[in-house]
Amino acid sequence: MTEHAATGAAPVRITDSTLRDGSHAMAHRFSVDQVRATVAALDGAGVPVLEVTHGDGLGGSSFNYGFSAVAELDLVAVAAGTAERARIAVLMLPGLGTVEDLRRAASAGASIARIATHCTEADIAIQHFGLARSMGLETVGFLMLSHMLDPDGLARQARIMVDAGAQCVYVVDSAGALVLEEVTDRVSALVAEIGSEGEVGFHGHNNLGLGVANSVLAYRAGARQIDGATCSLGAGSGNSATELLTAVFDRLGVPTGIELSKVLAAADEVVRPFMEREPVADRNAIIMGHAGVYSSFLLHAERAGRRYDVPTHEVLAEAGRRRYVGGQEDMLIDIAIELSTRDSPARAGSPATGGER
Amino acid sequence: MTGEKVVAAIVGTGNIGSDLMAKLRRSDHVDLRYVVGIDPSSDGLARARREGLEASSGGVAWLLDREELPGLVFEATSARAHLANAPLYKESGIQAIDLTPAAIGPYVVPAVNLPDELDAPNLNLITCGGQATIPIVAAISVVTPVSYAEIVASIASRSAGPGTRANIDEFTKTTAHGLERVGGAARGKAIIILNPAEPPLVMRDTVFCALEEGADRAAVTESIVEMVDRVRRFVPGYRLKADPQFDDPRPEWDGHQRVGVFLEVEGRADYLPSYAGNLDIMTAAAAWVGEELALARLGAVR
Repeated sequence: MTEHAATGAAPVRITDSTLRDGSHAMAHRFSVDQVRATVAALDGAGVPVLEVTHGDGLGGSSFNYGFSAVAELDLVAVAAGTAERARIAVLMLPGLGTVEDLRRAASAGASIARIATHCTEADIAIQHFGLARSMGLETVGFLMLSHMLDPDGLARQARIMVDAGAQCVYVVDSAGALVLEEVTDRVSALVAEIGSEGEVGFHGHNNLGLGVANSVLAYRAGARQIDGATCSLGAGSGNSATELLTAVFDRLGVPTGIELSKVLAAADEVVRPFMEREPVADRNAIIMGHAGVYSSFLLHAERAGRRYDVPTHEVLAEAGRRRYVGGQEDMLIDIAIELSTRDSPARAGSPATGGER
Repeated sequence: MTGEKVVAAIVGTGNIGSDLMAKLRRSDHVDLRYVVGIDPSSDGLARARREGLEASSGGVAWLLDREELPGLVFEATSARAHLANAPLYKESGIQAIDLTPAAIGPYVVPAVNLPDELDAPNLNLITCGGQATIPIVAAISVVTPVSYAEIVASIASRSAGPGTRANIDEFTKTTAHGLERVGGAARGKAIIILNPAEPPLVMRDTVFCALEEGADRAAVTESIVEMVDRVRRFVPGYRLKADPQFDDPRPEWDGHQRVGVFLEVEGRADYLPSYAGNLDIMTAAAAWVGEELALARLGAVR
């Protein structure tokens, strides 16, 4: 463990989301062995919180988001049974998961409930925060696609979550669209609104290459919980790498409680070998960051692009124009059909009936 | 007695009650006579009085005190209020059409199973997402077994009222049950997404069903198209955004093929703006049920 008694800097709690956000990049095909090995390595390195769930949260296994290879609650139980120190978190999105899912996750060994809504819709999570607290779970609120709302509006939504029982609220940059001061402004607004009652967190993506830099600015603005993913394994071009956050915060003298050499080993020796793709800032990812598109759309847009023979980046750019939000993966098929019809009206997708506008 | 019409009441004067009022005023067989609320200052009551209806903020007690009781009551309050009111309607012999999530009576989707439930004392209309998607699942399951049906309802944030927001789990659970009980799927799953984009997005619903590998795609498509036409008779803004899409079997689908149906539901803007197709399809379904129940009571032969 690295100590920074000399700097006196406030510690930051890193939550590693490899086994949740990384589920997107793995097309939700994590195996029991991969989860067990990842948890053992990260727990051994001292990562305090590990998030384990389908990429879209509890109940996410579906046609729309992709079916899990192994039931997520089985993976939660494996993680909880493997971790000696780390606590296991689960994500849930009201409208997809339910309070019953939260109850089952708690029974499987989860002790932190991270409850996510689109950044303007915090009030749909009120019942879930209440239930999570009554079950004795630690609660974290997730305001997704935070770039779509101004700092004051975001702070008002964070207030709704805290009043409902959230103990921390995250600025979630689901599209990897926030650029530097835009993070500072949002985190500062949340700290001003809820700082006396709860913590503020930041969840970054690398679509514009800024995950780690944004995380440092979030910390400097008062965020005390920061998300990472080992090897950046996450949606879009991935999350701030947990091992990079560890190294950078160490250089800044900010305690994380994570042992750098061990988290580097976990990344290179455990996670990278099973990764099917290295998240990169390619054309598709950069368009997502630039147009503000939910990072999880990437693989679904690729699939729809292949299925209807249209360019993936055009599907993503159109999703940005239409301001689709997290969960609307079905609309990518819709866009791809429209684009294919535009390119060649004779092809599939022309409304044969009832389609007149 | 009104001759060829059945006297009806609406209880609840919020968005749903007000929109339903506009629809029932056009009915051939339902004589909307009473509108009941609890808030004397509600816009819905004022609107009802302007339309010449008997309107009161005296609640259900006022309604049950009328000299001529209604034959039909449309409940557009809340699940809790309907649980309290339903026994009173039943004692008075008033047939209830329930637009709340109370789920006391059988699940009814008028395009699918209304003829089986004409005598039920209480008919429940499930959810907006259920009214939009269950007809499609039912259309598929009459052709071929549906082992799993999943729906995604995307609605404009502005069209999601406080009731929906306070208990969003109710939507997902009730809709999933409806996909099974009325749609005929062995297992159902429902997802709801709120989108705050401006101008507001028109309601969109996607239906995915798992079908056996050899299911007849042409027959499935034909059945879906027929069903859409049937629903459109009462919900003109209900339409397919694209032809039904078939995807070949995949291992992760347990060897099933998938049909995807992409629907748009544009409201008639009777009271609520046209993007609120989710509210419109509930009130349209209620009006449709009212029409059929009235016809059954009047002994008309179709």
